[in-house]
Amino acid sequence: MAMTRIETKARAGLDAETLRLMYRHMLRSRLLDERLWVLNRQGRAPFWISAEGHEAVQVAFGMNLRPAYDWVAPYYRDLALTLVLGMTPKDHILSVLQRAADPNSGGRQMPAHYGCRRLNIITTGSPVGTQLLHAAGIALASRMRGEDAVTLTSIGEGGTSEGDFHEALNFAAIHKLAVIFLVQNNGFAISVPWQKQMATQDVADRAKGYGIPGVIVDGCDAIACHRAAREAVKRARRGDGPTLVEAKVLRLTSHSSDDDQRRYRPAEDLESEKERDSLLRFKATLEELGVLHAGDAEEMRSELVLELDRATDEAEASPLPSPDSAMLHVYAEPEG
Amino acid sequence: MPQKTYIEAIRDGLREEMERDERVMILGEDVGAKGGVFGVTEGLQKQFGEWRVLDSPLAESLIVGVAIGAAMNGLRPIAEIQFQDFIMPAVDQIISEAAKIRYRSNGDWNVPMVLRSPFGGGVHGALYHSQSIEAIFAHIPGLRVVVPSNPYDAKGMLISAIRDPDPVLYFEHKRAYRAIRGEVPDGEYTVPLDRARVVREGVDIALFSYGMMVHASLEAADRLATDGFSCEVVDLRSLRPFDRAAIVASATKCGKVLIVQEANLAVSVASEVAAIIAEDCFDSLDAPVMRLGGPEIPAMPFSPPLEQFYLVTPDKVEAKLRELAAY
Repeated sequence: MAMTRIETKARAGLDAETLRLMYRHMLRSRLLDERLWVLNRQGRAPFWISAEGHEAVQVAFGMNLRPAYDWVAPYYRDLALTLVLGMTPKDHILSVLQRAADPNSGGRQMPAHYGCRRLNIITTGSPVGTQLLHAAGIALASRMRGEDAVTLTSIGEGGTSEGDFHEALNFAAIHKLAVIFLVQNNGFAISVPWQKQMATQDVADRAKGYGIPGVIVDGCDAIACHRAAREAVKRARRGDGPTLVEAKVLRLTSHSSDDDQRRYRPAEDLESEKERDSLLRFKATLEELGVLHAGDAEEMRSELVLELDRATDEAEASPLPSPDSAMLHVYAEPEG
Repeated sequence: MPQKTYIEAIRDGLREEMERDERVMILGEDVGAKGGVFGVTEGLQKQFGEWRVLDSPLAESLIVGVAIGAAMNGLRPIAEIQFQDFIMPAVDQIISEAAKIRYRSNGDWNVPMVLRSPFGGGVHGALYHSQSIEAIFAHIPGLRVVVPSNPYDAKGMLISAIRDPDPVLYFEHKRAYRAIRGEVPDGEYTVPLDRARVVREGVDIALFSYGMMVHASLEAADRLATDGFSCEVVDLRSLRPFDRAAIVASATKCGKVLIVQEANLAVSVASEVAAIIAEDCFDSLDAPVMRLGGPEIPAMPFSPPLEQFYLVTPDKVEAKLRELAAY
């Protein structure tokens, strides 16, 4: 199958309300992300791993799914995706502050190990790539029951070197399962550049080897991402099988709060990436299209900051887990 | 009650549970038209179709990872790993994922999955078709690990495993498939996943074992009985969790203990059983706890004299029992 490159097409049939909502979702994720960095640098949160630079593609895919009907097997940078599906900033602040009420894990896992049963977002661990096979299994179950639910799973380009990546794509392709494999390629696996991860220019090239379509999209172009997402979801939903989507994104921050990318990336690269930030680009596009007017973005920002302030206060007032609760949930509690 | 082989009992359990519950499906290498390399799933694809008895690609991590996903989305998958020796590529999915999903999600998610796999030697399987590596998994909280030794338990524990809401590793000794026969009721019954069973009562020496070693232990106990020594044989059945109360009861009653397993001894099931007895039965012991198992070599070699050297036989159990009796 041919590999296709999806480009921006004016507004791709999206109405003003949808475009504004996309921007709002992106901004909400970015502001939350920045807040979590602040909590980390203030010493109130031991760890954060960011989604900055990945928002556009995550929002585009999230908005094309049916929350709580479709399934998501996320990876650790999927902050914006979880927000679009219905998780809240407070949920993630609770996680970063390790509170008992954290819906992802009750403070058991590091932050950004997402999961929420109510929304069909499966729990994620730290080993890279294992979730792709879970996505294939989820889609197998949907297929066997005759449901048209779509399963989206994410991974970085580094994760595509794992054996589970190959095994999952192969299995989903054999059985034409309704899985979308979204590779968010930011060019770096911690410090290792993509050239040391693969000999091909594009991850999407590999789709040919599985007999499925491979799609490349500029992951900082929100409208192009929306088109790519719509196509992949449609294809999966109608039973035509999986798509491998490669979104070229930016990693605007270090790998995590424990990393300093200035040690392995030239300063000029880091500067030029800031100029390609999807939030700046999308805002400019929406202003050109007359969808956002002077002051709109600032108004949105103040609303969202207010939401974040409230969420931070509430999360900080929320209790830590009790020590003996560590013994719970190893197995199902005995009945009766 | 009908007499059945161990393999027939497993197949009956699979078939009956698949008839009762349409969520139950089988995933593994060669499980379909061929019915598995040992014939455990023979005829099941014909009865239940290609989806519910699904031939997987040759990829063990896939088999377990897909089963985990399917279990989280409402199925009751039974993953088959063709030989326990080939489970290694799936260990990340078993230990990092299946075992931890309930815990790491604070009870939000669970994995009702069974992983069946044949283990054990004595079939000229050499290094990679003979291993007993259950101890690796018995170490891991969040998993259940069971090893039925007879057809009755094989069916009853399989049904319990399929209905259990957490991941169960169900290891079947490949030599038992056709060598071991026993009474198996028709229809539905369950055997608990966390209880040992006293298969022979005695008062002088408590013998703890599981899998095929239960049969070697019973034979050796018979031989000692002719000399007036009374051995209690306990089938551990569950290796996680261990039935601590049953272990302590038999060890306390007899005062002398032999633990028999096919695997090598270092850091093994026998080590844990010995530790439980050391902790809880110290005042009741009349002799040091003794253990019998495979040698500390990487795995079971091919050539018959080498294979026999590895295997724990009724003769070896008898010799160890006499040593313990004389203490």
